[in-house]
Amino acid sequence: MSTLTALARARAARGGRAVPITAVRHVHVSDEPLVVIPLMQAGEAAAPLAVMAGTDRDAPTLLVVAQPRNRDQRFEFLTAFAELLVPYIDARRQHTETVEATKNHEEWERCTDAPQLILPNPGGVEALRLLGRSARFRTVDGPYPVDARVPLLGRYLTWFADDRAPMPGSSVCLALTSVLAQHWATGQSALEDQHLPALLSWIDPPDGMSGAAAALLAEDPDAVPPAGPATDPAFDTGVLAPLVRAQEEARAADDMRAVAKAEEELRAALAAQLEPTWETVWRGIDVLRAMPAAASDELRWQVDRGRFTDFMTGIEDGAPPQPKRPSAVAAARRLADLESAQQSYDRTQAIDDPLVLARYRVGGEAFAGRITFVDAERQEIKGKRAWPRPLVVMQTQDEVILRPGVKLASPARVNQTVRLLAVRPAEAGGFEVELELQSGMGRGKTPEAGSVPAVGEERCYATFLAEQRGTRPELPDADQTPWTHGGPPWPHVARAEDQAEEWR
Amino acid sequence: MSPSVPQATAAPGPAGTAARLDALRGPVPPRSHDARTIAALTVNPGCSRRAVLDAAGVDKRKLAERIGFPARYGQSPFAITRGLAFEKQVKADNCAALLELLRAEPLRFDVPEHEYVDLGVEPEADPAAPVNLDRAARYERTRQAFARVAAGEPLLADHPLLRLDVGGRTAYVEPDVVALSARPADASASAPARLYVAEVKSFAVIDGQADPAKVGAAATQAAVYVLALRRLFTELGVDPAIVADDVLLICPTDFANKPSAHLLDVRRQIAAVERQLARLPRIGALIADLDPAVDFDLAVDPPEAKGEPGREHRSAVELTKSLTMIEARYAPECVTNCEMAFHCRSEARAAGAADALGRSVRDALGGIESLSEALEIADGTAGAGSGQHEAARLLRAAARAYDEALRVAPRAAGGSEADG
Repeated sequence: MSTLTALARARAARGGRAVPITAVRHVHVSDEPLVVIPLMQAGEAAAPLAVMAGTDRDAPTLLVVAQPRNRDQRFEFLTAFAELLVPYIDARRQHTETVEATKNHEEWERCTDAPQLILPNPGGVEALRLLGRSARFRTVDGPYPVDARVPLLGRYLTWFADDRAPMPGSSVCLALTSVLAQHWATGQSALEDQHLPALLSWIDPPDGMSGAAAALLAEDPDAVPPAGPATDPAFDTGVLAPLVRAQEEARAADDMRAVAKAEEELRAALAAQLEPTWETVWRGIDVLRAMPAAASDELRWQVDRGRFTDFMTGIEDGAPPQPKRPSAVAAARRLADLESAQQSYDRTQAIDDPLVLARYRVGGEAFAGRITFVDAERQEIKGKRAWPRPLVVMQTQDEVILRPGVKLASPARVNQTVRLLAVRPAEAGGFEVELELQSGMGRGKTPEAGSVPAVGEERCYATFLAEQRGTRPELPDADQTPWTHGGPPWPHVARAEDQAEEWR
Repeated sequence: MSPSVPQATAAPGPAGTAARLDALRGPVPPRSHDARTIAALTVNPGCSRRAVLDAAGVDKRKLAERIGFPARYGQSPFAITRGLAFEKQVKADNCAALLELLRAEPLRFDVPEHEYVDLGVEPEADPAAPVNLDRAARYERTRQAFARVAAGEPLLADHPLLRLDVGGRTAYVEPDVVALSARPADASASAPARLYVAEVKSFAVIDGQADPAKVGAAATQAAVYVLALRRLFTELGVDPAIVADDVLLICPTDFANKPSAHLLDVRRQIAAVERQLARLPRIGALIADLDPAVDFDLAVDPPEAKGEPGREHRSAVELTKSLTMIEARYAPECVTNCEMAFHCRSEARAAGAADALGRSVRDALGGIESLSEALEIADGTAGAGSGQHEAARLLRAAARAYDEALRVAPRAAGGSEADG
């Protein structure tokens, strides 16, 4: 944790209310997100108990499994979930835009929208991942045939929760607690921030109450049901277990009226557990929407739309379901993707947001101050040509621990590389930094207008903005995987053992 | 902060310590350690409060309830049912399924025929009877069984009861499981067979992966069993290395009930548990200087008349006061493994302790313990103490950078009003 974030937490604790640690919103919020709140049965690997989902705050859909350990009921549930999710996804690909051909890519059509799932917490995302894993290898024939939409649902959920959710900067599958904690520092610990109602209480407390007090109240599971995917053990013991038993007994006695009554009660009990969270999630979305979007938001969402288009194209082209374990080449490529996405997300956040940049200033990777002197005429003779090398002197209060020779760039002009020439303590306190502009001034002998900072201007320079973006490792094609890495992967076949995979 | 009281001070002898600990608990039976609480010792070993309460055998759950901070623990009945059903399945037919798992891929252990002994029931009793509760007898049976194992008999011990000395008090631990002798596939035929502790857990291993937190907890718990088993063999005069460093974790596979066996190396956990157990005798030093008035007597005398409440030996206020006399070392993670956590949290928050926000926050604040001190240094209203100059430099830089950024940031105006 950075000193700045820790300080923000200390201030939040003192003030009894969360303080912002970003100036803008660094995730995209879709015009029509699909809120999904899963509840899973305790003790089971992937036994859904209920899901509340929908795009309309006033009209959530509640899906309930009366006996989560019954396979048929689980499949019925997944079919119903697919009936909800598939149309939502299909509606996002109604319109496309043409992306012009580039050096590496021919012209293609990109969807103008992408789906966005919002879950209360990372546990919810993990629940979707497990549901996806348990559903995507099922088939419409074999020992346990399922509706054709079940394996499709499995692949969608895997794409959301496993492929995209861990990708830095992607917004198609968001865990609300992580997103809120990324933008606000509370006066409680990171562990406690994983509790959605408590976290939101710090950020947006009810009128006349401090965030700290509201968070304490929100922690009581009797007053505020947990946001899932695990239910409160006391609820399991006191409410759920008797209702499930009543329903089973009615079934055993073949008393259909009693079954209907028991199921109705079960449904009502689960609805009561889910409704408060439903409201809380939408309140969290309100909080996010109230923030201005970061400048890079549109570009990042465009990447998400592109990946969504690719994924849907892949499904239409008959691509196999995502494997249980990626092949060697796919895994290496994925790792490189994650790393470069993280780098670019860190970078764009710092460029878009002075509060994020401030963290780097405290850490000594950046400094900010006022330009006190500019020599725009300065040149360097290299061979037959003279190159513009303007000299800029800056006054900063930040402690500059960087050495002469280091390359820098400013968020105000990211593509201009600047070299640090000298640092000396200033008479008036702080430091005086001598900088040489090296690029981003056009092709002429003199710098283009506006490409050199003016005296009096405020600037921030950071090392990591000048770093060369990592080149991707060269990887062989999958069918050229060397034997040291297991050789070329086997093509996917729907294996009998997958179809027959037992599923209690 | 750290309770590194020198060991040699006027700490009373072991007998004095035991008497004082008994007095701390009052006239109620002691709660003894179990594998879970011994494992928890490795999580926050620096907490004197928990060390003293545990050593005295105080019922922490009840104590927390009495002082108004009930611990929210409890397992869902669904999880319990599932856990029991899975264990029953693995142990069915005298653990036939378990032995099969060891012989099969990928472990391919060389497992001889075992004689199955259920140490949980009296030899002549009805095998359907519930697990026997007489600990001394069970321990004695376990001891005899393992003496036979030491002599080379392959024995599958179900429901053994082991003993571990925890801070001078005997704790019983029950591997819900078994110890059996086997030889790894790659060992030569002449290599001696080793004893393995098997731990049956009902969390699933999906595509070869399980929740790391759950695996970690299972490993530490199994390490306690390995340690107890080794102590038993040492007592029997047998080289304790007969117990393997690896334990067997038996979990359901994927989404089915099919069990699978996984080898876990628990050497690190064994070392950690051993280290904490070795530290415990210093408890004498921790309680040596305690005010004699401090105790945690939770006893309640029966009411004089029907319908009236019983008379509590100590009021909530008295109990809370006693607690404050022993230093706690609260961290947010305490909530997951100590019943006193909510009380300690409210104490830490009231004191404005940086620890309440987590160790990483405290470290990032330069190790300054008090939030208000850190904030005053950051705002320049307080000077830095000795050894705090580096922290002060960073804090002031952070405060300046934050406030400056807030001034230029578009959103900040709305959100910063809380920042007092």
